Amino acid sequence: MRDIETKNCAEIKSYSSPEKKRKLLIPYAVLCELTHRCPLSCPYCSNPVELELKSNEIDTGTWKKALSEAIKIGILQAHFSGGEPTARKDLEELVHHASSNGLYTNLITSGVLVTEERLKKLYDAGLDHVQISIQDTDPKNSEKIAGFKGHQKKIDTCLLVKKVGIPLTINSVMHRQNLHNLKSMIELAIELEAERLEVAQVQYYGWALKNQTAFLPTRDQLDEATKIVEEARIKYKGILAIDYVVPDYYAKKPKSCMGGWGRQFLNITPAGKVLPCHAAESLDFLNFDNIKDRPLSWIWEHSESFNRFRGTDWMPEPCRSCDRKEIDWGGCRCQAFALTGNADATDPTCEFSPYRNVLEEPLSKAGSETPDFIYRKFTKQISIK
Amino acid sequence: MTKLLNLKENDIPKLPRHAKLRFDEARKKWIINAPERVFELDEIAGEVMQLIDGKSSIIGIVDILVKKFEGASKDVVKKDVLSLLQPLAEKGFIVI
Repeated sequence: MRDIETKNCAEIKSYSSPEKKRKLLIPYAVLCELTHRCPLSCPYCSNPVELELKSNEIDTGTWKKALSEAIKIGILQAHFSGGEPTARKDLEELVHHASSNGLYTNLITSGVLVTEERLKKLYDAGLDHVQISIQDTDPKNSEKIAGFKGHQKKIDTCLLVKKVGIPLTINSVMHRQNLHNLKSMIELAIELEAERLEVAQVQYYGWALKNQTAFLPTRDQLDEATKIVEEARIKYKGILAIDYVVPDYYAKKPKSCMGGWGRQFLNITPAGKVLPCHAAESLDFLNFDNIKDRPLSWIWEHSESFNRFRGTDWMPEPCRSCDRKEIDWGGCRCQAFALTGNADATDPTCEFSPYRNVLEEPLSKAGSETPDFIYRKFTKQISIK
Repeated sequence: MTKLLNLKENDIPKLPRHAKLRFDEARKKWIINAPERVFELDEIAGEVMQLIDGKSSIIGIVDILVKKFEGASKDVVKKDVLSLLQPLAEKGFIVI
């Protein structure tokens, strides 16, 4: 039995793949970023720094077509995300379309716009699973991080999700300004009867990279957090599943980002661009095909962006002769590009990377100063309604 | 939420709402969809999981498999079924 994680930012396990590297694989999951609109303005948002305006969002029919094509190429799961996906009025229709055609559907939400009535509609539409983000267990700090007064509403939404009968994951993005509350976050997940808790340390792309010094924990904080997670996993075995993502700056081996470029996942942006991962637009030299212009199967198979880093042929040394090259696939291309200016470079989080020293400066600042947040925002202010 | 399970032969296993078994035409395999994971089942695991209907006990499932695969020893099949289901139960993907 193979156990495959279907979203990046979960702790990626390596697994042996019987397929040869040149053979095109069947993707497992599509991340549908329905909108970039969101009432929150978390300074670690995974959306690109250049946010897409509502006027550029693709319509219901185009999303339905994309989902149908995803099913046709063998995709098993659809994650509905954003921005805040519940800001789209057609969410129920899209969930129903996906679910009734056999996709496993997952809603990734802040929870602040959802009513019980809406959750019931989503349940009836076939929604399989909900993930709600909680920024901290301390309401004041939670609202400071989110840039929005909605902590109690999030808790209420979690309770409603369970009341309606949909399985729940709590997503907690952890960093040096809330790691001291990790234990109480785990207890909150138990109290809310969540099936699963994601303890995801901030990954440094886009907005989070702008706020790195505010978020990057110290080595001691990280070790303490790892210990807490390991103890809780034993204590709550069979009751609460805890997925744990560490900040890779402290790692010796890079993460197998997306399970390898163009191997398992694809991401569709609010404007319909199809990306190998949600951060790929930061690789500003790549052209991304749009679901409005091309079928998904063509994009997966033939597009320049998916083929650019697929497999191992693109790799430089030391990746090329590394025995882990088909385990971590060279790490993360977006991180390599952001930190070195060279998208082909070995991920600097690898101990063998010639660019390893670029991590020294950020790591030396960890825990030293606490700059104000640079909150996520549209370049031009718009209403979320 | 479920309690930690130590599966026994008289238990009646079932999948919780967040774990869904289906045959995947693209991969020609039985799979279980779960939050942010997919379990790709090999042939034997697929045979076992298809018999999980919330009505049959583990020993009942073993009996069906022994009948279907003539020559298989009941003890070996029972061990195989439990070693498939127990780790899934520990992750909350099998409940009773």
